[in-house]
Amino acid sequence: MNGYFSSRDLAMRFGGIRAVEGVSFDVQRGEVFSIIGPNGAGKTTIFNMISRIYTPSAGTLHFDGQDITRIAPHRIAGLGIARTFQNIELFANATLLQNLLIGRHCHSNVSVLSQLGFLPNVRRAEVEHRKRAEEVIEFLGLQRNRDQLIANLPYGVRKVVELGRALCTQPKLLLLDEPSSGLNVEETDEMAFWIEDIKKDLGITIIMVEHDMKLVSAVSDRVMALNQGRILALGTSAQVQSDAEVIRAYIGGEPEAAKAESVP
Amino acid sequence: MNQLKTSYEQDLRLARRRWDVPCYGVLLAALVLVPQFASTFYIGEISFVFIYAIAGVGLMLLTGYTGLVSLGHAAFLGIGAYGNAIMLSKGVPFALSLPLSGLIAGFAGVVIGIPTLRMSGLYLAIATLAFGSIVILVGEKWHSLTGGFDGFPVPHPSVLGFVLEGPSAVYYMALGVLVAVLLVAMNILRAPLGRAMVAIRDSEISAQSMGINLAFYKTVAFAISAGITGLAGALFGHYVRHLAPDSFGVLLSIQLVTIVFIGGLGSLHGAVFGAAFVAMLPQAIALVRDDLPFGIGRLPGLEPSLFGLILVLVIMFEPSGIHGRWLKTKSWFKSFPLHKRAAFRRQKSYAKSERLR
Repeated sequence: MNGYFSSRDLAMRFGGIRAVEGVSFDVQRGEVFSIIGPNGAGKTTIFNMISRIYTPSAGTLHFDGQDITRIAPHRIAGLGIARTFQNIELFANATLLQNLLIGRHCHSNVSVLSQLGFLPNVRRAEVEHRKRAEEVIEFLGLQRNRDQLIANLPYGVRKVVELGRALCTQPKLLLLDEPSSGLNVEETDEMAFWIEDIKKDLGITIIMVEHDMKLVSAVSDRVMALNQGRILALGTSAQVQSDAEVIRAYIGGEPEAAKAESVP
Repeated sequence: MNQLKTSYEQDLRLARRRWDVPCYGVLLAALVLVPQFASTFYIGEISFVFIYAIAGVGLMLLTGYTGLVSLGHAAFLGIGAYGNAIMLSKGVPFALSLPLSGLIAGFAGVVIGIPTLRMSGLYLAIATLAFGSIVILVGEKWHSLTGGFDGFPVPHPSVLGFVLEGPSAVYYMALGVLVAVLLVAMNILRAPLGRAMVAIRDSEISAQSMGINLAFYKTVAFAISAGITGLAGALFGHYVRHLAPDSFGVLLSIQLVTIVFIGGLGSLHGAVFGAAFVAMLPQAIALVRDDLPFGIGRLPGLEPSLFGLILVLVIMFEPSGIHGRWLKTKSWFKSFPLHKRAAFRRQKSYAKSERLR
């Protein structure tokens, strides 16, 4: 395999529906790789296969030299792959801090019995986890919401908390499922800054599913366009956006690419 | 009056607020002194509250924190009670039989936990209900071990040659176990285990993506919950002095569920409040029974129907239970003239991701 993360002939079928078919791509270390496509193109399905919620019908997934196609779902975080969800899957009845600490779970190795007694090793580990969580709180500027319940936070903040929870796992690869969905223009710009920061300062490789083309072209190194489970185009943001097939998939009609492109 | 925090250790303390230690200290001291001046009747009643509170904490960890409903918890109570009584009658010292009865019940929790791993909600409730019925049936038929319908007399426990008998002995045993169980529960809740449980309750799918092994933690939650309930069962045996299999039936399971719902899901205070309520209600009914008009007090089935009615009313009007009401009352006094009704109103939750299984 010749990428940091690579997918070969990945396929997912639900009964007769071919959600994803023959998808192969490589992501290089330190890259921001975006997946775009109309609704139902199979973008989130690919994410769900990477995070092992689904088992691919065919094909293989490799990460950092390891085959992760059939690994147990809860071990994915430990390998350094973290994700966010399209519709926010936070732990709503816990505080922001607790949510971030749950992100530290894959780094906790204290036994259940020592937790029952809260032995000194548990206490030391907890302080260590807290330090890491505080670093993320500082990185994302979430200090003033630290002790609030997620259920009481506005949507925009929740989106950032979910990003923070993923960062708490100290990932090497971050999967962002529509990071800008439900955000206003300012919040989306902010999100773009954070994605840049995560890439540059933390050196984390990012795979992102996104609809907002402004955000995609601002942060992506490469873009992959999907339609009906198949790859339409793969290249830089500009290349993909001017690809005739991509335009046809989005706008429909005959491939009169030049005409469609000139529409502002 | 928030204290300024200066170290992360402060957030890991059991007593996080300034008044926690004096308040709970005074409460504990008062409870220790109760048998010195209360009558035998009240000592017995309060012991019963303690025993229910232990079971309530056990079920709270499972239902309130991990989000798994069990309608078969009376079976674990029964397993603990019979386990302890049988071991005592075979000459096992009490200091050993009490923790062992918890362990046996905990093991039974694993036995029911593993096959129900993929169930939740109603299906899990039905599966645990069936498990409870099976345990009762085994208790009735396995005559040589449990004495079947003849019942099983519970021997007096003895520690270091002292025979512990009488209501005060049961009272102190129950109080001691309750304090220990509460400490363990608080430890669980401030450790990764407790956070994993809450994560499973709120979103299994993202819990898994955060590296939480659902099967393992659900089984652990079942084991711990059943083990604690088994301890309550052992003490229950000493409280009633004579065990019969049918006293651990569905009705008791529903009472235990009522404890956690009325007390308030997701709070240890709630487990204790709910236990006090559920344990005292039959006595309260008995007190007013003769004074009720139209012969309501002589109606059969008054008690279970009142339990049902109260459960429905609580779920409709105060879903956060007695504990929630307590928090609201506290905040009303704190912000006295400026209280806002909307302070505790939650926003509608946003659409969840499509359920993946």
